[in-house]
Amino acid sequence: MAELKTGGRLKSAVCAGEIMVVSAPAGDIDLTCGGVAMLDSASDAPAAGEIHPDHAVGLAIGKRYINEEETLEVLCVKNGDGGLAVAGQLLLQKDTKKLPKTD
Amino acid sequence: MNVMMLLEMANAAFPERTAFTDGSSGESFTYSELFEAARHRAASVRASGASRLVKLDVSNLATPLSLFTSAWAGVPFVPLNYRLTDTEIEALLKRVTPAYLVTQEDRVVSLGGVDQVNAVASADFLDPSQHSQVVDGEWSMDPDEIAVLLFTSGTTGEPKAAVLRHKHLVSYILSSVEFASAPEEDASLVCVPPYHIAGIAAVMSSVYSGRHVIQLPNFTAEAWVQLAREHKVTTAFVVPTMLARIVELLEAEGEETANMPHLNSLAYGGGKMPLSVIQKAMQFFPNTDFSNAYGLTETSSTICVLGPDEHRETASSSDPKVQRRLVSVGRGLPGVEIEIRDDEGKLLGPGERGEIYVRGEQVSGEYEGRGAVTDAQGWFPTRDAGSMDDEGYLFLEGRADDVIVRGGENLSPGEIEDVMLTHPSVADAAVVGIPDEQWGEAVAAVVVAKAGSSVDLDALKAMIQEQLRSSRVPQVIEIWKELPYNETGKLLRRVVKADLSKA
Repeated sequence: MAELKTGGRLKSAVCAGEIMVVSAPAGDIDLTCGGVAMLDSASDAPAAGEIHPDHAVGLAIGKRYINEEETLEVLCVKNGDGGLAVAGQLLLQKDTKKLPKTD
Repeated sequence: MNVMMLLEMANAAFPERTAFTDGSSGESFTYSELFEAARHRAASVRASGASRLVKLDVSNLATPLSLFTSAWAGVPFVPLNYRLTDTEIEALLKRVTPAYLVTQEDRVVSLGGVDQVNAVASADFLDPSQHSQVVDGEWSMDPDEIAVLLFTSGTTGEPKAAVLRHKHLVSYILSSVEFASAPEEDASLVCVPPYHIAGIAAVMSSVYSGRHVIQLPNFTAEAWVQLAREHKVTTAFVVPTMLARIVELLEAEGEETANMPHLNSLAYGGGKMPLSVIQKAMQFFPNTDFSNAYGLTETSSTICVLGPDEHRETASSSDPKVQRRLVSVGRGLPGVEIEIRDDEGKLLGPGERGEIYVRGEQVSGEYEGRGAVTDAQGWFPTRDAGSMDDEGYLFLEGRADDVIVRGGENLSPGEIEDVMLTHPSVADAAVVGIPDEQWGEAVAAVVVAKAGSSVDLDALKAMIQEQLRSSRVPQVIEIWKELPYNETGKLLRRVVKADLSKA
């Protein structure tokens, strides 16, 4: 468990997935990928271990994931086979509104 | 959080797509080529010991490459206006040394002698054989590092360097662009200068959406129309003066429509759009989505948008309140809050004129050497004057500093100009305050007549008196051939003011 900082980057301990924190509530958060606690992206540890079968939903580059309360939002920056969860609850994919192109 | 992350994701998801094409040389690179080039150039910049990467050149492939190179190397990106004189450029350059300068061939010689400036020609910066090293490691993910230092266009006073941190720019992109949302055949024609915030936003949002950018370095209506047709351009952004030139050219062509069936969306901003120009443009581009964007350097580009549906609604509505929204800049983007306040900072209600304040993740409001000018709650005073209607549509009324104080009454130049522009013989109008013994300031105006028309000044004055009040009627009205604008379409009010004050 660790405090999540806006703009911080984490990687999965069990797959190739990586995320960036868009917004997070204060305090320690038990964010997992594939059922295993995520690591700081600067960590040297290679992906190892098994994805928990209940957490094998995958994460897709460019998609946003939120918790039910919508207090936590992360952006997937690298595809992975694991699924994101907080305290065992899988995060939901966020719907995005289409905006007019302006630049 | 780092601007490089946007390119990293593009390179992972669609490496083989064409990213940028220089419309004048025809040269292109793909997302993977751009990513690899940045990896090598970042090593060159680090090796030079520079603390800033300065780009002083027209739009070319070195524009996106220098932006991403600086993000990877961890030094601020400083695009400079190549239209400035050598003396002005040298003064700015000395404020950002030690610098790695990417510039035009002739300026490598003329500016290479400036102390602590490592000058490299754009062609040499792009040449892979001169950058064989690769940078060690990844870029910083510290969201508070400075991404861009942008000298504001400075229609008054000495240029200030606006500070945009990685968190501001990335927040703007994440809140306004959906990743990989552009179909592969999408092409965007970019003609705004690379030293303008809209030019930087265009690079980032195109990369994140996966859209192919066609760069037009020196805008002419002829070149714009030709490139748009040749590359089957689907989206474009123009400033009002550019759209006026394009409309003039299309009128001269004599066809009913612009003959650009691929152009899905046309956005405009950067200055006040004359109603007659946007109305004609909507006729020439009947199937094109129009958007009006309003933003500032200090807010990482767009904060307000009047979208395509709202354009159509205003055109087909018989309600004057809805019709008037065509000259508004729309409503705030998600995550952006907007307020109108009076001189004492008191919140104003719908329809009341005051200064526009803005707050949000993308808002920096910070200048180098001066810190942030935002208040304790994070609100940035834009110095733009405006009003909001009861549904949140924002109307611009010029710069807050342009307000005319006549005998203690505050008059908005924009309000008077809007009325003058409805006169059938008036093509353009500018209203300024000039020194006056009796009133402190008096209202003065310049009008430009439409081709082949002459303006009856007494009738024009009568019209203003009837629609507004007698205090708004200009004491002086001159007829000029054209009004002075800068290259991004901003009216140079101080030039008009100086000229009329002499009389």
